[in-house]
Amino acid sequence: MTRSFVKFAAVLMAGTMLAGVAEARSLKWARSGDSLTLDPHAQNEGPTSTLAHQIYEPLVTRKVDGGLEPTLATSWRILPDDPTVWEFKLRQGVKFHNGNPFNADDVVFSVERVMSPTSDFKGLWASVESVKKVDDYTVHIKTKGPNPILIQNMTNTFMMDKEWTTANKAEKVQDFKNKEENFAVRNANGTGAFQLVSREPDVRTVLRRNDAYWGKGKVPLEVSEIVYTPVKADATRIAAMLSGEVDFVQDVPVQDIQRLKSQSGVKVNEGPENRTIFLGMDVGSAELKSSDQKGKNPFADKQVRQAMSMAINRDAIQRVVMRGQSRPTGTIAPPFIDGFTPEMGKPPAYDVAKAKAMLAAAGYPNGFSVTLNCPNDRYLNDEGICQAVVGMLGQIGIKINLVAQSKSIHFPLIQKNPPETQFYLLGWGVPPFDSDYIFTFLYHTREGARGGWNAIGLSDKALDAKIQSLASETDLAKRKATVADIWAKLQDETYYIPLHDQLLAYAMKPEINIPVHPDNTVWIKNVSFK
Amino acid sequence: MLSYVVRSLLQGIAVMLVVAALAFSMFRFVGDPVVNMVGQEASQQDRQELTERLGLNDPIPTQFLRFVTNAAQGDFGISFRQQRKVSDVMLERLPATIELALLSAIFATIVGTVLGVYTAMRRDGVLSNALMSLSLVGVSLPTFLIGIGLIYLFAVVLGWLPTFGRGSPVKIGWWSTGLTTWDGLKRLILPTLTLGLFQLTLIMRLVRSQMLEIMSTDYVRFARARGIPEKTIRYRHALKNALVPVITIAGLQLGSVIAFAIVTETVFQWPGLGALFVNAVQFADVPVMAAYLIFVAFVFVVVNLLVDLAYVALDPRIALGAPRGGEAR
Repeated sequence: MTRSFVKFAAVLMAGTMLAGVAEARSLKWARSGDSLTLDPHAQNEGPTSTLAHQIYEPLVTRKVDGGLEPTLATSWRILPDDPTVWEFKLRQGVKFHNGNPFNADDVVFSVERVMSPTSDFKGLWASVESVKKVDDYTVHIKTKGPNPILIQNMTNTFMMDKEWTTANKAEKVQDFKNKEENFAVRNANGTGAFQLVSREPDVRTVLRRNDAYWGKGKVPLEVSEIVYTPVKADATRIAAMLSGEVDFVQDVPVQDIQRLKSQSGVKVNEGPENRTIFLGMDVGSAELKSSDQKGKNPFADKQVRQAMSMAINRDAIQRVVMRGQSRPTGTIAPPFIDGFTPEMGKPPAYDVAKAKAMLAAAGYPNGFSVTLNCPNDRYLNDEGICQAVVGMLGQIGIKINLVAQSKSIHFPLIQKNPPETQFYLLGWGVPPFDSDYIFTFLYHTREGARGGWNAIGLSDKALDAKIQSLASETDLAKRKATVADIWAKLQDETYYIPLHDQLLAYAMKPEINIPVHPDNTVWIKNVSFK
Repeated sequence: MLSYVVRSLLQGIAVMLVVAALAFSMFRFVGDPVVNMVGQEASQQDRQELTERLGLNDPIPTQFLRFVTNAAQGDFGISFRQQRKVSDVMLERLPATIELALLSAIFATIVGTVLGVYTAMRRDGVLSNALMSLSLVGVSLPTFLIGIGLIYLFAVVLGWLPTFGRGSPVKIGWWSTGLTTWDGLKRLILPTLTLGLFQLTLIMRLVRSQMLEIMSTDYVRFARARGIPEKTIRYRHALKNALVPVITIAGLQLGSVIAFAIVTETVFQWPGLGALFVNAVQFADVPVMAAYLIFVAFVFVVVNLLVDLAYVALDPRIALGAPRGGEAR
């Protein structure tokens, strides 16, 4: 290619710009891990859903402030005469990337696919009995009992094209017994602002702007091409940002934030993630097996739990371990959650002397020993947090044997029944932004579909009854009162020791601005160049 | 000759079976893949069902037998992480690793030999001493640090070379190559240096000591006495003999370069088999891990077989075998 040809091409491009066609701008986006699959119902996992959000769309989307935004549905309501039916009015004139129109048949098909046995999102739809097409742009979803917060669970339920999916024999979500690859794993056909050009898993995914996007004019849509590349090694990913090879890095390691901020060609955005990090203690068992206190369980005593919470210097963890990338908290609900109050969020005052006195009053003047299980590859500096906790609790005489392992070994300890850990670190995200989700999974007695992550052996029938009443309470004021009532008790009991909410950091070129979303999701269609 | 080859082959298969069995018994320690495969909302029952579907509830020997039976037919199952056929994924990643490994091996052998000869001939030269000290650094610095250091210098500070990846390799049939484009070549430089540096220093030190030893043998002294030019002695006679063990080592090292490019591939986000394996371990993606270990065992078995055959070609006594009651060594 000669220089004059380049000039010629440049002039041509300038000409087309003048003609009103949007400028061709590519955005190179790097993350630590790749999306696992393009099949939007196969993996309920952050990076997978984030990439899917560029290509596919749900009926409603979660905004950066936590509120809901109509997307493929324009409005919704619970039928006044039947509280078990949600009605959705669909957006008209929306087309899939292959040109097929989007209508009620696609919604019915997609919801049924999401609820199928091999879908990874079926848990969010467990309360749904059936989905029915009323007319081409109206859908009724019937729940088993009244479910006023169903819509909160729908923000990652993507709509697929019935004809396309059926024609390519991808009606079923990948089943590992079937030895063939599902077509939807590496091909995509959504309604989103970008359509798939090519995909090499773990290497590169290229998306092109969908010029027939229904939201054209409502969003900037300035990026014409997305090149999505996973770069696993932290140092390499940051080097790629520094050298200008990528425009946007979504996973910035805590230790690199300050350095990136001091560079002229890089902008860093920070924001809280919808996730709290906390410690769980077995409060239900008669004996703490890993302890020197035979036949006793110190964690069963509220005073001990409160003393432990008091002995943890959350500000020091924030400063030293997290380098400022955390917000100390006094509750395991992130502040976006419906039911959160600033009072709950205030951590207990750090007071070693008082904690020691309380521990002595509870009958442990010399403390006790216990094993703490911790993941080392799941949350920001998870192992470092545990090490800090070991030192801090050591000050009041609690001798901790720390076991830090990979998440695929750590989580089964918590999930097994009975759990194989009596003291552990966990982080909990709350995608529906509602307290009920926390109560149901972390506090309800472990039985049936509830209490799956309650590894602390808590079983309080009165509490269970209150939690269950929330699911079908349609009177919002009454529901709010019950939530506040439950939190008051839980905060006092200190069944979990809250540590902090994680902060997220994104690095990008100065001419773009991508806000940090509490779900760690980004929408490239919203990116505009300065 | 034929019986020797057959025996070597059978030994190779036995080695691979043992490796696979060992690997399989270790997989239970990498954790539960189901954790990574379902969202946090999944119920206990959902997890159970998925475990059952994946066949992870079966006893380890049953799982192993099923794996071997399928593997023998070229079927390694579906990757838990990518939800694609393992054989497809591996085949897609193979060219990147092979290209990088071969280039590194060639680079290490040529540069290593040249430097080895130079340092042997100029034993007390300033440059020789500097090279010898530098080679110590090459042997002792971890690959990860070397890679990051090179990236920082050449990509961030100088901005000459890209930081990661293979760019857009050119497809030739199912093979993909970065050798035919300028961009692809530029992207190969840093990973090749990083991966080859250790082998380079190894070969350089080996060549040097071989040369020094040979230069003090009788036949070199007699050659000098006969008035043969020093250049001919060094490069025609001495070097030739010095290279015999070097070729063996370089051949064996090629196996380990292919198999253990893991660190280099991770640092440079090189889309090869090593990076695939690292991701698989983190996700507890058992089918990919099993297939990768089989592949590594296979590479080593093949390389060793080739080396054995090369010995036979060099020394026919090996193939004939010793008299009854003894084994040829």
